[in-house]
Amino acid sequence: MSDDPDITLYRLQACPFCERVVRALDEHGLSYDSRFVEPMHSERNAVARITSKRTVPAIVDESTGVTMSESANIVEYVERTYGDGADAASEAESGTGAAGGA
Amino acid sequence: MPEFDVVELPEADHPEAGEEAPDFTRPLVGAEYWSDASLSEFTDEGPVLLVCFPMDGAFPATYVWNEIRDRGWGGDDADLTVLGVSISTPYEHGTFLDERGMEYRLFSDPDAGVAESYGIEHDLDGMAGVTEHRPAVFLVDGDRTVRYAWAASEWPDFPDYDEVEAALDDL
Repeated sequence: MSDDPDITLYRLQACPFCERVVRALDEHGLSYDSRFVEPMHSERNAVARITSKRTVPAIVDESTGVTMSESANIVEYVERTYGDGADAASEAESGTGAAGGA
Repeated sequence: MPEFDVVELPEADHPEAGEEAPDFTRPLVGAEYWSDASLSEFTDEGPVLLVCFPMDGAFPATYVWNEIRDRGWGGDDADLTVLGVSISTPYEHGTFLDERGMEYRLFSDPDAGVAESYGIEHDLDGMAGVTEHRPAVFLVDGDRTVRYAWAASEWPDFPDYDEVEAALDDL
């Protein structure tokens, strides 16, 4: 299992916000494991344990130690970390942190 | 013996003891999520008991898994992984696990491709276009070699649980 992708995506089937994250990952050529969770919000304990929320999408990126939810945040994180000029962008961001709104 | 004729299934052409178990990748459903997984990921870690069963909800599925759960296969023996496979969707597997209070994981194989590669397809009479897995049990060791194999020859038919346990003891 040493060739497991670093990124795990918690998703719900046919969830547009999840598909948005999938597009961002695909655009950057990133491989990821998909974990499909329960449609019932109250039964998504696997997600709650990692993000303390039950919303999807959520990702875990083992290579950076980042765990986050909210598709807009995730897409921004993917672009900042894996997009063109990722290093320069992450340095520019380092002062402000990634705590922005939804 | 029943007075009526039991339905005989055509000869199964499944891997026998000593042969290699075909690898496959399908969504594997646990209590909280499902994710693509391969049989070989588990056999790399140790022996696997692969239990092929009719669709979730049919009484054979219920009987087989109640028996396995009650016998606690794979529970105390951390070395053995018990995995199921049927044509049911991940959603149905989720409900099935929940209703049985089972901690096992089940592969979802809606197109019965795993049934085909194991030679245990069963075209269901009266359900046009539906092919599922006939009841079958394969004990596969860490080299992905089959150590014990059984497939139903009648419909319905059930594993000889004591015989399976003997095979587990022989590992």
